[in-house]
Amino acid sequence: MLEPKSFQSIESVNDFVIKFANVNGTGSASANQMFAKAIFRMGIPVSPKNIFPSNIQGLPTWFEVRVSEKGYLGQRGGVDIAVAMNPQSYSKDIDEISEGGYLLYDSTWKRNFNRSDINIIEIPLTQLCVDSFKNPKQRALFKNIAYVGALSALMEIEYEVLETIISEQFANKPALIEPNIKALNLGRDYVLDNLDYPIGIKLSRRNLLENKILISGNEAAGLGAVYGGATFCSWYPITPSTSLAEGYEKYAKKYRVDERSGKNLYASVQAEDELAAVGMAIGANWNGARAFTATSGPGISLMSEFLGLAYFAEIPLVVFNVQRGGPSTGMPTRTQQSDVLACAYASHGDTKHVLLFPADPKDCFDFSAKAFDLADQLQTPVFVVSDLDMGMNDWVSEKFDWDDSIAYNRGKVLNYEDLEKLESYGRYLDSDNDGICYRTYPGTHPEKGAYFTRGTSHDEYARYTEDGNVNAETLMRLMRKFRTASELVPEPLIEINGEDSCGIIFYGSSKPAVLEAKDILKTKNINVDLMQIRSFPFNLDVWEFIANHDRIYVVEQNRDSQMRTLIMAEGGISAEVLRPLVHFTGDPIEAAYIVNKVSEREVNYKSHKNIKER
Amino acid sequence: MSFIKPINHHPRLEKNKLGLTRRDYEGAISTLCAGCGHDSISACIIEACFQLNIEAYKVAKLSGIGCSSKAPAYFLNQSHGFNSVHGRMPSVATGANCANGDLLYLGISGDGDSASIGIGQFIHAIRRQINMVYFVENNGTYGLTKGQFSATNDLESKNKYGEDNLFKPIDLASMAIQLGASYVARSFSGDRDQLIPLIKGAIQHKGFALLDIISPCVTFNNHDSSTKSYDYIRNHNEAVGKTDFVPLGEEITTSYKSGSSVEVNLHDGSKIALEKVNSKFDPTNPGNSLNYIREKSEEGKLLTGLLYFDESSEDLHETLNLTKTPLNQLKQDELCPGEKVLEKINESLS
Repeated sequence: MLEPKSFQSIESVNDFVIKFANVNGTGSASANQMFAKAIFRMGIPVSPKNIFPSNIQGLPTWFEVRVSEKGYLGQRGGVDIAVAMNPQSYSKDIDEISEGGYLLYDSTWKRNFNRSDINIIEIPLTQLCVDSFKNPKQRALFKNIAYVGALSALMEIEYEVLETIISEQFANKPALIEPNIKALNLGRDYVLDNLDYPIGIKLSRRNLLENKILISGNEAAGLGAVYGGATFCSWYPITPSTSLAEGYEKYAKKYRVDERSGKNLYASVQAEDELAAVGMAIGANWNGARAFTATSGPGISLMSEFLGLAYFAEIPLVVFNVQRGGPSTGMPTRTQQSDVLACAYASHGDTKHVLLFPADPKDCFDFSAKAFDLADQLQTPVFVVSDLDMGMNDWVSEKFDWDDSIAYNRGKVLNYEDLEKLESYGRYLDSDNDGICYRTYPGTHPEKGAYFTRGTSHDEYARYTEDGNVNAETLMRLMRKFRTASELVPEPLIEINGEDSCGIIFYGSSKPAVLEAKDILKTKNINVDLMQIRSFPFNLDVWEFIANHDRIYVVEQNRDSQMRTLIMAEGGISAEVLRPLVHFTGDPIEAAYIVNKVSEREVNYKSHKNIKER
Repeated sequence: MSFIKPINHHPRLEKNKLGLTRRDYEGAISTLCAGCGHDSISACIIEACFQLNIEAYKVAKLSGIGCSSKAPAYFLNQSHGFNSVHGRMPSVATGANCANGDLLYLGISGDGDSASIGIGQFIHAIRRQINMVYFVENNGTYGLTKGQFSATNDLESKNKYGEDNLFKPIDLASMAIQLGASYVARSFSGDRDQLIPLIKGAIQHKGFALLDIISPCVTFNNHDSSTKSYDYIRNHNEAVGKTDFVPLGEEITTSYKSGSSVEVNLHDGSKIALEKVNSKFDPTNPGNSLNYIREKSEEGKLLTGLLYFDESSEDLHETLNLTKTPLNQLKQDELCPGEKVLEKINESLS
């Protein structure tokens, strides 16, 4: 006879966190992604996060999935169900489970866990696979599919949805469909025949995601580069940006091959290092092709000399920086927003760069395409600064859109006819007084338009000069250009929520956590106004928002509150107004963390204010 | 500083097929030291381009940093130039070349730029077989910073102040052969007769052409104990033979002794004829070439001339299967898959 439970089991529909603990290199990732995709297909907001080691095989790896019918898709914290497939990390994985939660483990090797306050689900996954598959590789691989099958019964995931995903996934290798379905059924049937089901945590179709897609920011940015007309990508492999260059290549192979000749209308070169990667992209841009490189923090450090050259010689360039944990090699597989200053002021001397901050995959697509227009318009490097969390994880995102009637803006480039009309040409003549001068591509005109591009000080005709006043004028013109940039880059998104609100400034992948925090704070009678910064240089809206608030929390995922420093430095804002709210463990920031920090300080603020007023 | 030369021409100056004079191929006035080997090389580039009827505006001149890298300002005024950062010209050239393969790419570098700070990029440009002429104006010293040893300086060669060099040299020509460069020549800035045909051959060659040109530094490395001085090179230079460049459609008129001459058919139909001194030397065989260079080096000789060539290799454009239309000339409708395709992509992601 069963003893009565001494705890209350968690009961929840479409609102929970499940964590898969696996050994990396065992094929668990695709099974876990299948699980998340099935929930997405059932129309329930879902946010999968891959928490992986910097390693190929044998170390613990986790896959955390938050399901939230309300659409809160930031990291939540806490684990309601754990699927523990890695004895190496059992103790940590089992400790994390909330009281009343569930543990599913491979009971081929039975264990006694020191938790009497959780539900333990035993399925002999290894044994089931050993009995059903001959090939040792398949036996290991299909354990993962088998637990997805088990979960489908335990949590009421629609079986047909999983079946469809498998047949789509192996459309090109149909021979693999049958064994995958078999593995799925293996786990599912075991539950149906031997266990109580469903458990307290369940899924139920909602169809809330009609206009949504599920994609990673890197793939979105790679696709954006294809749409933005990039014809040249030079890159060096580095986590977490590699999948961006690969995403570009994947779509270019599909949509950029000339049907008649079979020739490529793009080039992708894996460089020998990041210095060469950025050098090639600069060379291609100099010659009039839209070109980019994708990297992460260490790559930005290596590229810095070249970035100064592109800034000073005024060569368009698009750099994607998918940020990871720093400093130095840091935490290559964890997320941070700690390269804001390194990008804003990259390279020696007085340099400033245009930065775009996407906050989700749709932004990654849009800003990627837009970056090529901006780089051409401004003739300067443009950085698209994302991070590992949005770059490598699949996020629920708005569908992409595109307007065929809008032409690329190639900026101020003189063609043969333009040059014919000119009496003399000076590469760095600011004829329009916006700081932006006219370029020519090599090979345009036999007698006019040639100039000498250089990183040394130069006059308006690109001639070398050691006249300090001439050089100072160039530096001032570049400042004029930067002001022009502030009118062209995406403005901040601002949400005002009533009087006497405090402000929150945020950017990038902190967005879901901030939006959730705002709702929670409201229930505590704390109203917050939001400003999502989407670019640098800052435009007037940014300064206005700051001027209208006496206390603003700057939420960011780095130690030094780098965006706050940038705002203070660029706008002369006093340190008192901008309050750092930082998180830098390498895990994505959580709404609860923001709520705690803000409410703690708001309570202090209000009690001080009351004392003063009395 | 850049000093521009007056453009008045003497009316009876010789003109090439494009109706241009040698003056039309010149650049700004050189600010290098009087007697610098680099200026002689610039003059040979001007002569080679004049003779080949090159349209200067279809040339891109690229360089890194150093005395050599200033040189592109001193020839081909009608060409776009790019003086990049130290040791990184090869990557800039790679990107530029991918963007538009229709231009002629002249990369000008030095021994500091290519054998030290930029050796990685030098190696990989060769490995990728960029279609370009890569000049190393090799003087064994860091001139702009006043005479430090470079990595190509011979072990026994002292600096201007009599100090010993502690390390063996890197031989860029041998290295290039090992890495698969498809046209490798060595020459001397003081030997116009040898250098001009080698430059012409390199320009017409499709693929990576290295010209390692010993170019004495009159200020810091032209003393008696230097092995890169004018005197030393004149006394130790041993050419593999006499090189002639034969333009497309012209006959080889010189008669060579049988067995001693080699003809190199270049990509555009022109030829290089090489009358060899040693009949055992085979410039189409990399192993043979490397041994011969080494043998001569052990005898204390500097082997010059066309050291190796391979006309069959493919360049980066072919390797990457690039379209014939330069990437920088593709139109938006060729580049952007458009709204309808995006709808399909959206579908596949939902």
